[in-house]
Amino acid sequence: MANIQSNFAQSDAYLSALIREVHATPVAPVIGRRGFFKLAGAGAAGLVLGFQLGDAAFAAENDAAADGAIQTMNAFIRVASNNTITIYSKCPEIGQGIKTSFGVIIADELDADWNHVVMEQADINPKVYGSQGAGGSTSIPRAWDQLRQAGAGAKAMLIAAAAKQWEVDPRQITARDSVLTHAASGKSATYGSLAAEAAKMPVPDAKGLKLKTRAEYRLIGKGFHGVDDPKVVTGQPLFGIDVQRPGMVYATYTKCPAAGGKVRSFNVDEIKAERGVIDAFALTGTGLMAEAMPGVAIIAKDTWSAFQAQKKLKVDWDLSEASQDSTSRFSEEAKKIAMSFPQKADENIGDVDKAFAAAAKTVEAYYEYPFAAHAPLEPMNTTAHWHDGIVEMWVPTQQPDRGLPSIAKAAGLPEDKIVLHQTRVGGGFGRRLVNDYACEAAAISRKVDGPVKLQWTREDDFAHDFYRPAGYHQFKGAIDGNGRLDAWREHFITFTADGKKEASGANLTDNIKFSIKAPNLRRGTTMFPLRIPTGAWRAPGDNAQVFAEQCFMHEMSSVAGRDHVEFLLEAVNRDVPELAPKDKSVNFSPKRVSDVIKMCADKAGWGKTAPKGSGLGLAWCYSHAGHVAQAVELSVDANKRIKIERIVVVLDVGPIIDMTGSQAQAQGASTDALSTAMGLKINIENGRIKELNYNAYPVLRMPFAPMTIDAYFIQSDNPPTGMGEPAFPALAAALGNAIFAATGERVRRLPLRDLGYSLAI
Amino acid sequence: MFTLTVNGQSHLVDVPEQMPLLWVLRDHLNLVGTKYGCGVAQCGACTVHVGGNPTRSCQLTIGDVGTRAVVTIEGIGDAPNGAKIQKAWLEASVPQCGYCQAGQIMSATALLNSTPQPDDSDIDAAMAGNLCRCGTYIRVRQAIKNAAAKPA
Ligand code: FES
Ligand code: FES
Repeated sequence: MANIQSNFAQSDAYLSALIREVHATPVAPVIGRRGFFKLAGAGAAGLVLGFQLGDAAFAAENDAAADGAIQTMNAFIRVASNNTITIYSKCPEIGQGIKTSFGVIIADELDADWNHVVMEQADINPKVYGSQGAGGSTSIPRAWDQLRQAGAGAKAMLIAAAAKQWEVDPRQITARDSVLTHAASGKSATYGSLAAEAAKMPVPDAKGLKLKTRAEYRLIGKGFHGVDDPKVVTGQPLFGIDVQRPGMVYATYTKCPAAGGKVRSFNVDEIKAERGVIDAFALTGTGLMAEAMPGVAIIAKDTWSAFQAQKKLKVDWDLSEASQDSTSRFSEEAKKIAMSFPQKADENIGDVDKAFAAAAKTVEAYYEYPFAAHAPLEPMNTTAHWHDGIVEMWVPTQQPDRGLPSIAKAAGLPEDKIVLHQTRVGGGFGRRLVNDYACEAAAISRKVDGPVKLQWTREDDFAHDFYRPAGYHQFKGAIDGNGRLDAWREHFITFTADGKKEASGANLTDNIKFSIKAPNLRRGTTMFPLRIPTGAWRAPGDNAQVFAEQCFMHEMSSVAGRDHVEFLLEAVNRDVPELAPKDKSVNFSPKRVSDVIKMCADKAGWGKTAPKGSGLGLAWCYSHAGHVAQAVELSVDANKRIKIERIVVVLDVGPIIDMTGSQAQAQGASTDALSTAMGLKINIENGRIKELNYNAYPVLRMPFAPMTIDAYFIQSDNPPTGMGEPAFPALAAALGNAIFAATGERVRRLPLRDLGYSLAI
Repeated sequence: MFTLTVNGQSHLVDVPEQMPLLWVLRDHLNLVGTKYGCGVAQCGACTVHVGGNPTRSCQLTIGDVGTRAVVTIEGIGDAPNGAKIQKAWLEASVPQCGYCQAGQIMSATALLNSTPQPDDSDIDAAMAGNLCRCGTYIRVRQAIKNAAAKPA
């Protein structure tokens, strides 16, 4: 693996000033049809190229605004005369390595010397930067073409400058490691020495640029160190919680333990008299859980004083609209109604009843998984400073741009009066797609003189999450006379917040819809009303649904007496036109699925005979545009202690950009999935969350972590897709199938801890 | 008023004696590398060395620190094992979100201080208190072994 390390970001003052200017310009600079915009670029400034990054919706919006001619630039490359290349990255870093990957893609096409590349984080301004979310593993696919074009565009201008200077044909100039060479004349020059001249060259047409083929990549696919790692390992301030401002005070914000409760009154005098407390007040918020709910703010001299005072807080809650949800009741009721299939089917292909009547064999099973919290290690926080008519904020968020309107609403200010600085994020997993804590900080800051850091306690964090919803699946399947999957009936019991559609993260995913290809298929949904907020949780929907469905697939292949891998390959390659994705942009491919399954089976040693008490399980999923198969080899002792022998992950997510980062994501997601399947569960009683710290929510620890996880990548020429999520969903199913192989016991309920299983050291 | 020696520097701090060392470091000495994760000795993000021992700083009050020297992630690189561990961390690309890593590095350095050649069970025992929500355990283990294999 290449040992490549970038200089770690030194702030580029010139570029920062330039960006601020762009922010301040009432009419953003116009990019021509060519797709790039040349900025300033005189003398020492070198070549500064602005370009557009963003999703289709964002681009369309801008196109519509100006006849397709005006686009707003939202990303920047600077080639300085000292050879330093600065790249402004616009997406939040949440541990998935985006900051590194973006730089690698540009630098490869630019043929830059990676040792002279510096990455900078852009501030939040959707008007300037377009979509800035990091979620759903979408950052890379969206930006892939745009980043490569930008790198190629800057290179073309450097080459044009050299060609003019040397009076040679630009096509005869080659680029490598930030140096241009004309072999015939023996001339060569560094990018830095050409930067000022390059800035005077015409801007090339983005569409006309020739991009590299995969064989020509020099950086893409190699291993890279995270650009901020040197700061991480030396404890430099990076995260939201690390923000310090002169004169800063500290706040807690206490909401009703039962979601939706409102403050009637609280012991304000007592709280204000607590040591270190500066102020205490109630806020009504906006009344929306994704924004700011009613609560009590305590402002103190330091975090600990605020936490201490919070413990003394006594609030009289108005519970009239508060949650009374109970997870044990949901479980009971789901079980009761599971066999009553809803009248109205969401999907109805072929005729399941006829297939069941004609079946050689039928199988029925009921699966269940619980609510789960995100519990990222950095508890929610935001620093906000209301000054000069604006609120300036430092927010650790996955989705700053979408949060902006809510934050402005909570602050009671127009959007252009909110200035957001993005910080590194201590774990996302989907939690920080919602900006509730930032909304609270904005509202609090209006009542505080000077900067204030809102800090949630770990208990606040557990009690006010947007949980992965529980789910319940009643299946019935049919095997035909040839031992093939012939019918699949599924009653999915889930939750609704508004009484109309599924709550956030509670719908059957599309991926599931076209991955179970039974010629006779019927699916129906029952929804329980839910007051507790739910949300996206690493690989939303797939993270638990794949467990239920891929374990049930294994039940079917077992009953059919078939080899599971053969059964899976046969099923996914079945042609059921009604189940093919309608949206052309969906990249689901039975061929790619087959390839990952075959390779995974091969690497895991599928078909070898396992000793008694040992077993091998395999499952696959199509999740977030990635095609993935996972295998688990384990043994189980008489006390239901599971020893994980091996985990194999095979992914096809297109070409890999950063191999080190991709390996890390494959290992991390698999570890997270093992941890979640074994032990994680949120119980809710009378609207209150029961698990409020890690002692009750046993995230996997070192002694139980697998010694190795073998990740393999099938690198296809398809555009790259994200790595943050796909390696999660199939793991739990592979685990369940392996337990069956080892013991003959079916595990149909998560977490496995509830069934008496634990991991051996 | 307390006198506190952190990373070889002496500080005077005016805080209540019940305040945990974690918050003295973060809010009063501007040493924010030490992290808050749980406040109840469950996550290890707040691990520092006190008198040479790995300690959860969310559990130790300033009043109980006494005259013992405190070393944090900001200062651990000045000690040979700390520098070795940090380097091994970079080479193995351990961090994902990075939030737990200060605590992991402090625990790992303490392990090398007491057990220069740790085996897997030594690593399990020393690192069990440090949660990593991102699941970087495989690389943490590898980095510790790599560091131990390097000459002092
Ligand atoms: S914050 Fe001290 S152990 Fe978690
Ligand atoms: S790297 Fe994210 S918690 Fe460990």
